[in-house]
Amino acid sequence: MARSVTTQRKSLNTFIAWTIGLLIFFPILWTILTSFKTEAQAIADPPVWFFFDWTLENYRVVQERSNYNRFLWNSIIIAGGSTILGMIIAIPAAWSMAFVPSRRTKDILLWMLSTKMLPAVGVLYPIYLIFIQLGLLDTRIGLTIVLMLINLPIMVWMLYTYFKEIPGEILEAARMDGAGLKEEILYVLTPMAIPGIASTVLLNIILAWNEAFWTLNLTAARAAPLTAFIASYSSPEGLFYAKLSAASTMAIAPILILGWFSQKQLVRGLTFGAVK
Amino acid sequence: MSTKASRSAARLMLAPAVILLLAWMLVPLTMTLIFSFQRYLPMRGGFQGWVGFENYARFIGSSAFWPAIQTTIIIVGGVLLITVILGILLAILLDQPMWGQGMVRILVIAPFFVMPTVSGLVWKNMFMDPNNGLLSHLWRFFGADPVIWLSDASMLSIILIVSWQWLPFATLILLTAIQSLDSEQIEAAEMDGAPVLSRFWHIILPHLARAITIVILIQTIFLLAIFAEIFVTTQGSFGTRTLTYLIYQRVLESQNVGLGSAGGIYAVILANIFALLLMRIVGKNLDR
Repeated sequence: MARSVTTQRKSLNTFIAWTIGLLIFFPILWTILTSFKTEAQAIADPPVWFFFDWTLENYRVVQERSNYNRFLWNSIIIAGGSTILGMIIAIPAAWSMAFVPSRRTKDILLWMLSTKMLPAVGVLYPIYLIFIQLGLLDTRIGLTIVLMLINLPIMVWMLYTYFKEIPGEILEAARMDGAGLKEEILYVLTPMAIPGIASTVLLNIILAWNEAFWTLNLTAARAAPLTAFIASYSSPEGLFYAKLSAASTMAIAPILILGWFSQKQLVRGLTFGAVK
Repeated sequence: MSTKASRSAARLMLAPAVILLLAWMLVPLTMTLIFSFQRYLPMRGGFQGWVGFENYARFIGSSAFWPAIQTTIIIVGGVLLITVILGILLAILLDQPMWGQGMVRILVIAPFFVMPTVSGLVWKNMFMDPNNGLLSHLWRFFGADPVIWLSDASMLSIILIVSWQWLPFATLILLTAIQSLDSEQIEAAEMDGAPVLSRFWHIILPHLARAITIVILIQTIFLLAIFAEIFVTTQGSFGTRTLTYLIYQRVLESQNVGLGSAGGIYAVILANIFALLLMRIVGKNLDR
């Protein structure tokens, strides 16, 4: 059934696609390369490509100078924490809507989606004020809660679309065999739901890791994650390209790797199941 | 199928999510609404009385408002235009038979996973810097004077940076949509000798219409809210102050909460227009 094409045409496709792909990827590649250069090589004109004295000096300096590990740790706690917390709340919600739908299920789902559309800047001051009142400003727990809330609609939606695909007949068969609610959940549904849960976790770690409105506005020295750490390079430190590159590479590497595993889920998660 | 017991259990399972989201939406939004009717300057005397709709009028009447709207429209429109058109072309290209398809797709998608502060700063310093940026090297190589991107071509620069971030999203969604197109249909058209362009207009584009609409709506909602890319590059100067950035400056930088809150309500209304359109499409999808 595969469309038959000439080798010539396939070669041409390959050439064009790889050229464009590398062009789009180039800024990332260049950042990674630059992170291994000396500052002088980093701004050399004409630019040096691969043949320079590869050095890990920048990584060492960035880690020493800016206490990089604390920012990294904040990112991990905030992204991981908000995802775990969100899943604890989202799984039962999505579960109940998928398996025990009511007349209002659709309205509730759409309403949840509408909360995601709320522009953050519109509620910036109230949240800021609430954070000050509750002593949450510049704390990891405060940011964890906010990121959990902004991503909760996506989690519920994504899980809902996955759970919806679990055929109801399987449940009925299990019930006929005398399975109780506990067996039903433990032995029938959980194994079938795990791939969907895993994808949702993955996408949410990515979204939380890269979130850059609340993380910039609600943190200062203590709870700032990597997004804020990089923003501190705006000026004038950003002019040290090799250091900036090393810091950037460290900040994006974990998510680039996770992201590559989650391409398909990305579509489903970010279009709220409208494109699969 | 469901019993009464399972219904109430279901309601109990749903309750935490609904209550939390309800609180997250209502509490701050109500506060913004209340602030928007006050003269409220936290650093200069705090609450100074109720002013009715004065903040709303002043926000629109300020000399910064219309330029901000214009900037917002140009940035959102420019990014949409670039990402949708290039996204369609890239999706069609990536759907063709080739060697290393998976690898190319990974390369194309990668920018989406780069955090906004990184992409903003990498572009600003390593590419667009007029002295040492790679683009200025390129310009000099061809004997041209380097462009001072972020001040002389500030809008174009921001559009470029944001498009680079969002092109993967458009491409990925459109590619997913194209792959669901019946390949027999295309083959039939190919065999009938339909020229490439007419195949594109009459088969591929109509098939993509829904996915394109979704891309446009979702991106619009996210693009209206872009912040970090401007925060780390121009800080809203050189004509790049969007509505979001203007509100941010009113609220946190000049601490005029009443005025900023009125702006916030405008932003909420604007976002809701697009959100309603999107929800209609997504809602239809739920019925199927």
